Amino acid sequence: MTMPYYVAPEQVMKDRAEYAQKGIARGRSLIATTYDMGIAIVADNPSRSLHKISEIYDRIAFAGVGKYNEFDQLRVSGIRHADTKGYAYSREDVDARSLANLYAQYLGQVFTHEMKPLEVEILVAELGSGPHPAQLYHIAYEGTITDEDRYAVLGGETEAIAERLEGEWTAGWALGTALNAAVSALAGPDRALVGSDLEVAVLARANGRRAFRRLVDSELESLLG
Amino acid sequence: MTLPLFSTTEDPGPNFAGLIRRLQVPVHPLMAATAGTPTPGPGDFRHGTTVVALRFAEGIVMAGDRRATEGHSIAHRAMEKVFPADRYSAVAIAGAAGPAIEMVRLFQTQLEHYEKVEGVVLSLEGKANQLGQMVREHLPMAMQGLAVVPLFAGYDLARETGRIFTYDVTGGHYEETEHNATGSGGRDARTTIKLGYRVGMVRDDAVELAIEALYEAADEDSATGGPDLIRGIYPLVATVTAAGFEPVPEDEVAERFAALIERRRAEGRQP
Repeated sequence: MTMPYYVAPEQVMKDRAEYAQKGIARGRSLIATTYDMGIAIVADNPSRSLHKISEIYDRIAFAGVGKYNEFDQLRVSGIRHADTKGYAYSREDVDARSLANLYAQYLGQVFTHEMKPLEVEILVAELGSGPHPAQLYHIAYEGTITDEDRYAVLGGETEAIAERLEGEWTAGWALGTALNAAVSALAGPDRALVGSDLEVAVLARANGRRAFRRLVDSELESLLG
Repeated sequence: MTLPLFSTTEDPGPNFAGLIRRLQVPVHPLMAATAGTPTPGPGDFRHGTTVVALRFAEGIVMAGDRRATEGHSIAHRAMEKVFPADRYSAVAIAGAAGPAIEMVRLFQTQLEHYEKVEGVVLSLEGKANQLGQMVREHLPMAMQGLAVVPLFAGYDLARETGRIFTYDVTGGHYEETEHNATGSGGRDARTTIKLGYRVGMVRDDAVELAIEALYEAADEDSATGGPDLIRGIYPLVATVTAAGFEPVPEDEVAERFAALIERRRAEGRQP
């Protein structure tokens, strides 16, 4: 019988983190930002059917980058959690914070206990209501959770993208301005992204109970104008 | 609560009823009826009554009275029996109020759940089938006297037309060509609609006819409530067209009732 080699815990964690980071960096990035009427999420995603952004509940949206099957499983479990909670209690009792915590716990659990960490980074966005401002919960592959009330960048090259967006970002900007800034931040100086390269959705107060809406085709083109 | 994750072989897919069963969320006996429990009498629970649906040129109109009864007494004067099922469909209920409202809640959640998980909306036919399955699962309760008989109607985006589906307690569902009414006053409502119905009616005429049908049903059936002018409670009326589910404003319903009574007086008929 062979004895397993001893590997220092530090090394194990480092290897796993590197593995997950590599997987995430291979994919395309995504930006979520607040604007005057809600939250806009812009993903560099040319696919019309394999979505990175999705509706979770009335005022909550999900976005993921990295390995599609892994974040899609998280997306579906989020919808299940929210719908079950809303059905068992009431629609008002469904909130993004508890869902973000569940995601963080799960990702943390997988990172420390499983052979392979999840190669994903996810975002749970919640539209503000009354005195509560909009919240963006950014959850990393190892379960680290950060909350933002301005913008969040997920995926590879996040630092460069965030730097480009930081210069432009203004509180309460209009949707068109926010989208254009997000798109040029995602594209960088060497690329140009057009409507068909993007997946865009908003959580907007004007949409009624279900605040989530995808922006496609001519509507998106005219906003990007 | 923990994150609901399943192995690939146990995954309930986009089925919300299957999901809550797997998660063992306490549900209404609707989903877990057991035989052998004593049959409740008609005075033990609330009953809802007349609901109607009819097709017009751009879609469908659906209406329901507001009375709930417990045996011979009035249990509620402002009960809602017409609900949006999703953006393009409506569901109305007749029968035992408790399980009926629970069924509507489950149905609404189910449609939205499917849409979010799958990323596409169910076809109108698919929605009608789903509701049929829920009514069928409710059969043991129906056999004990707690029948729920919904009426489902919506705008079929693929066929670009309004469609109406009726149900029986066994979950069997049948597509109606033009109109139907269900509940204890359904017979009177159906007769009124039959007499006034024209193929390809415009919206205003269809709303008018639905209101008249409920008025006649309330006149003959003790368990159906008419317009309550003193409290200002009027039947709920809604339309579903290519623009989606739209409730008819209460003011408009009140005006139409007033006009209906005026017209009848002027014609020398009994209001």
